[in-house]
Formats: sequence, C-alpha cells, structure tokens
Amino acid sequence: MKEFFSKYFALRKHNAQVAWKKAKLAKNCYLFLAPYAILFTMFFVFPVVASIYFSFTYYNILEPPRFIGLHNYISLLLEDEIFLVGVKNTLLIAVITGPLGYIMSFFFAWLINELPRWVRSVAVVIFYAPSIAGNCFVIFAVFFRGDAYGYVNALLMHFGLQDAPKFWLTDPKYMIWICMLVILWMSLGTGFLSFVAGLQGVDRAQFEAGYVDGVKNRWQELWYITLPNMKPMLMFGAVMAITQAFGVCDVTMQLCGYPSTDYAARTIVTHLFDYGFSRFEMGYACAIATILFLMMILCNKAIQSLLRRVGT
Amino acid sequence: MSKKKREAAVEKPYRKKLIRRRKPNRSIGGDVALGIFLLLVAAIMFFPIVYAVSNALKPLDELFMFPPRIFAKNPTMDNFSDLFVTMGKSWVTFTRYLFNTVFITAVGTFGHLIIASMGAFVLAKYDFPGNRTFFKIVTVAMMFSYYVTGIPNYILINKLGWVDTYWAIIIPAFASPMGLFLMKQFMEGLPTSLIEAAKIDGANEWRVFSGIVMPNVKPAWMTLIIFSVQGLWNNRASTYIYSEERKTLVYALQQIQAGGIARTGQGAAVLVVVMIVPILIFVFSESQILETMASSGLKD
Repeated sequence: MKEFFSKYFALRKHNAQVAWKKAKLAKNCYLFLAPYAILFTMFFVFPVVASIYFSFTYYNILEPPRFIGLHNYISLLLEDEIFLVGVKNTLLIAVITGPLGYIMSFFFAWLINELPRWVRSVAVVIFYAPSIAGNCFVIFAVFFRGDAYGYVNALLMHFGLQDAPKFWLTDPKYMIWICMLVILWMSLGTGFLSFVAGLQGVDRAQFEAGYVDGVKNRWQELWYITLPNMKPMLMFGAVMAITQAFGVCDVTMQLCGYPSTDYAARTIVTHLFDYGFSRFEMGYACAIATILFLMMILCNKAIQSLLRRVGT
Repeated sequence: MSKKKREAAVEKPYRKKLIRRRKPNRSIGGDVALGIFLLLVAAIMFFPIVYAVSNALKPLDELFMFPPRIFAKNPTMDNFSDLFVTMGKSWVTFTRYLFNTVFITAVGTFGHLIIASMGAFVLAKYDFPGNRTFFKIVTVAMMFSYYVTGIPNYILINKLGWVDTYWAIIIPAFASPMGLFLMKQFMEGLPTSLIEAAKIDGANEWRVFSGIVMPNVKPAWMTLIIFSVQGLWNNRASTYIYSEERKTLVYALQQIQAGGIARTGQGAAVLVVVMIVPILIFVFSESQILETMASSGLKD
C-alpha cells in the first residue's frame, strides 16, 4: 500500500513538473489570457464562490455576515412554502418549455434549411426576432386581457367556447400556462441560429451516400445522417436551452405581476430577486442561487450524457 | 466533427449554393404539407411583432376602441412624436440618455472584442496546462443569468467603488463568456500552418495575433460585436445606476412606458423603438452571424 502511494505521488510530482515546464514555455499564452481570465474570475467565478459562502451566513449588507450554518437551507426547504411553489413552477417550465423549445428550434431550423436561400434568410429573421425583441412580450398582456376586450376572451366567447371572460393573467389556474406559451414564443434563440448554421455545414456527400444506401424518406435521413452530424451544435443548443428554461423571471414578473396572485407564477429566480433586491436578505438569496447553480449543472450533465446516444 | 469537415466549414458554408436538383427521397406531398405548416407557424410567430408595430401607429382613440382592430385605420406617427416631446421635457435631455447608451455600448463592446479575442486566440491555437479546464468553466458560465450572479457582483462592484458609474456595466461586459466561446470555436477552424508559417518568418505572438489571426476571423468579430451590442442595449442597469443623468436610453424609455394609462400610446411607441434596434442589426449582419455560428458546436 505504501509503495503504491509513493509511486502515485512520484508520478504526480513528475506530471506537475512537466506541466510547470510547459507552463513556463507558454508564458506568452498566459499573458494573452490574463486580462480575460482576471475579469472572468472576478465577475463569473467569484460570484459562484461568494454565493456558496454567503449562503451559510445571515447577511443584510449593513451588518457584516454572521455565520449561521445550514439554517438558510433548512428554512428554504422546510419552512418556505413559496420557495417550493417557485421550484415547482421552475421545474414545470423547464420540463415543458425546455425540451419543447429545444425541439422546436431544431425542427424549424431543419425545415428552413431546405428552402431557397433568400426565403431562408427571411425565415431566420422571423423565427429569431421574438427572442431579441426586448420586452415586446408585454404585447401578450393585450391578447390575454382579463376582460371581454382581450382578443383571446373575445374569440372564445364569439365561438361560444366560454360564456364569461377568463382572467388569464390573474387566475392562478391559467397564469403559468400563459407564461409558458410566451416563453415558447421566445425560445428560438441563439441555439436556433447555431442549428441553422450547423445544418448548412453538413457534408452533402453523406446525403448522396444515404440515397445509394437506401435512406427512404426525410425522417430516416434526419435520424441517421443529419442528427449525428449535428451533435456538437445540439450540445451547444442544450446549454442555451437550460439557460433560458431556468432563468425565467422577466416574463412572469411583467405579465403576471410581481408578486403574482397567490404566488402562482413565482419562479426560483423571482424568489431570488424578491429576497436579494427587495428584502435584502442576501444570505438567504445566495442559498437560492446556490441551489439554482446546482440544478443547472446537474441538468447540463444529464442532457450531455443523453445526447451522446443520439443516432446510435 | 472530423478535421476535413472542419476545414470545409471554414470555406463559408453559408454562402455555398444549395443543390438545385430535387432530393430523390422527398415526396411532393410532404414538401407541400411541411411548407404550409412552416408558413402557418411563421405567421403565428410574427403576429405579436406586427401587432406591436401597428399598435404604435394607431392614434389614441383607436388604441382604446372596441372591438380592437389589428391594423390601424388612420396610421399616424403621433405616438412617436409624443414620445419625443415627453423625452424632451424630462429633466435630463434625450441626447444625454442616448450618449449614455452609446458610450456604454461602444466602450463595452470594444474592450470585450479585444480582451475576449486575445483569450480565445491562445485557447484555440496553443496547448498549455489549464487550457481545457478554463474553457470548460467558461462554457458552464454561459448558463448563468444576470440575476443569479447579481448579488455577489453587486457587493464586488460596491467594494470597487463603481456603483453609480458607467464602469459597473462596462467592465463586467468585457468578460461575457458568450463572446469568448464563439471566438474560440471560430478560431479553431483556422489552419495551424498559417500561424506556423508566420512564426518561421519571425513574427512574435502579438504579431501573429494582430496581423494574421484577427484579419482572418472577421465574421466572428461581427458576431461578437452584435451579441455584445444587443446585450448592452437591453441592459437597463437599474441595480447599479441611480443617478438620472447616467441612466441608459432603454431604462428611460421603459420608465415612460410604465407611466400608466395616459401613456398607452407612447408606451406602444417605446416597445417598437426598443425592439427595432436589435432586430435591424441582426437583419444586416445575418450572414456573418450564421457563418460564425457554424463553428459554435460543443465537443466533449
């Protein structure tokens, strides 16, 4: 056993020496990377570490942080019912709009890919526009207005499907579903662009080989040729989809109000916003952020291992 | 993706012509059905945006009309001119807001371009200890939204004394992971022989970077610039900036929008102004962006 350890450490030491020599040779590389690395560490790595640290403290900015152990997590998971509503809503949104938006992005990119070039350019703009249109989604508040003036209510009443206007954005029964609809509308984002571009890069010769080998229709072609070729883009799209699915908060806050009726449209990020930016309970808010980080990273890992099996 | 394909991807795949011949394994019925489906979905997707624009063109009485119309009967630009009047009457002038936005966007984007491409260059083209690990962390960081890192960021910026200055927005924008990611993926497509040839001719790293690599990755520049501009344009920065004279244009416009029922017309105009800028930028740079996105794939 002792021998094993001494060998292991000798090997480790050797590796470290090799790495150190290599690093010395690559001095200029570090110089090039340094400005970005320093800023990145400051604004992206440090916040994660700091969030984890603050999540174990009581901190309200005015007083110095006071260590309280796991208290924040315990009260989050056991006492805070609104947080659990937020988790439920976020998971519901992530599970439904995440995959659906992801599939939509790929499916429409794939359909667009077969169009002539100028039609394709127009189509890309049309599908991509909602995701960069600022807060254009507030226009949905007009469509889903709670009185008979709202388009959806007026239409449904006109066709006799309902006899009284429904409060789409204030009734807890419907709020979350309307938000999902809006999020889906905005879900063709950066991932979609990546898919469109990636589909253009798929080697034509492979399709022709496919015809010879008897790929019968477009769906077989999609599964056996296109999808395996698109794997790197699919990974990238997954990262983007997770970002969107777990980061939902602007849409629910602006459409359903903040706070929403019975907290029915509360998401984890809304909860974080509430505690961090309205109540200034920073320690508690950081505990929420830490849980969110964990969820995102786990979800990313799960999707990556799932995507490795596509087309095999 | 194999090496050969990677090199094919560098030759502007988006510009490549589609084969004219019909693909032999496509049914005409299927083509038509999918075409109609696509058209229908496109119409639904685009409707809210069209509606937002037509709303902004409606005179006030039509905005409150029942039943509401989709298209304006007497389209006017009244809402936009009202908006300018309101902006002109505010204590801080319109040009000041515009200057804030332009300044933040220009400086933030320029710094981001330089810093991120320097980092991306060595990450893509040199092998040194820590290279892969760093890039992996960057890809994970792409998932974090603004609010999630917001609290520690605020504390940090407060400690640095940048609260209520432009730097609170500009400096974090330098480090945006998305730009580095796209730049690095695109630079990997550059042939290594190009860099080696320059080195044999006696160029140092900085010369290789500024003279050989940067001119060859122009599409990636454009994409990085556009993503950065879109991000900074929509950045309301309400948590960091309190002084009215340092607020951004979008923030000021959305304050007008929040002015209640009396501002309905102007609110509709604001919606259009805020959304039209990123969309227009995208329309004019679409082919460059798509060229860059072709190399955006994540390999594990």
